[in-house]
Amino acid sequence: MAKIIVVTSGKGGVGKTTTSASLAIGFANRGFKTAVIDFDIGLRNLDLIMGCERRVVYDFVNVIRKEATLNQALIKDKHNKDLSILPASQTRDKDALTTEGVGEVLEELSKTFDYIVCDSPAGIERGAQLAMYYADHAVVVTNPEVSSVRDSDRMLGLLSSKTKRSEEGRDPIKEHLLLTRYCPKRVTRGDMLSLADVNEILAIPLLGVIPESQAVLRASNSGTPVILDQESDAGQAYQDAISRFLGEDVPFRFIEEEKANWLKRMFRFKEKEATA
Amino acid sequence: MIKNRVSKILDYFRAPESQTAKVAKDRLQIIIAHERGERDKPDYFFALQKELLEVIAKHTAISKDDIKIDMQRGEGCSILELNITLPSQI
Repeated sequence: MAKIIVVTSGKGGVGKTTTSASLAIGFANRGFKTAVIDFDIGLRNLDLIMGCERRVVYDFVNVIRKEATLNQALIKDKHNKDLSILPASQTRDKDALTTEGVGEVLEELSKTFDYIVCDSPAGIERGAQLAMYYADHAVVVTNPEVSSVRDSDRMLGLLSSKTKRSEEGRDPIKEHLLLTRYCPKRVTRGDMLSLADVNEILAIPLLGVIPESQAVLRASNSGTPVILDQESDAGQAYQDAISRFLGEDVPFRFIEEEKANWLKRMFRFKEKEATA
Repeated sequence: MIKNRVSKILDYFRAPESQTAKVAKDRLQIIIAHERGERDKPDYFFALQKELLEVIAKHTAISKDDIKIDMQRGEGCSILELNITLPSQI
């Protein structure tokens, strides 16, 4: 039986798709058969982030409408045979996703995959609700910023009331906080909500802290998710998050400002020049 | 002028693989050009394509790739273009 994970946030632009792509690759690279689904109907973007936009033939809605089989629509990742992508449709039809249709697709995927990552659209409309409806786990992506934290809290409310698990009175969805675009320097300066602040307000287990990183834009530019950039801080932070999800006890990195002395600073300057 | 030259010299030293913005622009131009073409197609387009293929496949041995269907919207009329490559032995 597959584990279904929804990546959600309420607010847009906080890193849901970046996170979905990196988590999916992370699971697949550790040997789990993984599918990642784009629920953002009408505004498909996971394909671009995963670098498979030119290989989309059929999509999620085609499968639900039985215009294509699931196997026809799934795109096999170029690097990892254990990873498949189900792209969103670009249709303007708001009712393209149905509860039954999504349920059938997830059930069929559950037969062959270990992990199914559902990349939720922003907002609280149908796509977002269906992305979370069948989930066993929720990764709530949050920026250390007032509107994002408030929206995340709103999503936590929906996760505990508007899902299949809650309706059937089963064990609730397991919630995980993923703090993204974190900037320890600004936290020290007192200009950014700290990890402790966000943790205190949302009060759900912390899965990871992804530092604000130039590697993220580079990754989406080239369509190779940032977790594959193993040199980068953000890539390593995503690897840590995967480890924690799989039950390993991994210390948090990139949450303290590095106190560099002048010598270290100079060396880092040299390093930067070399890699620039 | 001088500024331009300096930036050109700097570009020379920059490793080409680090210029991901160029990659991003190329990828966007391809996918957006493609999607703008798709945008004008009516919602029944996909169903029509599928049913046409089924009818033709009933009588001949063709695959999905042998049929190209396209729609162009003009002023006053739209053109549905259907291009079928039949196998050499009918």
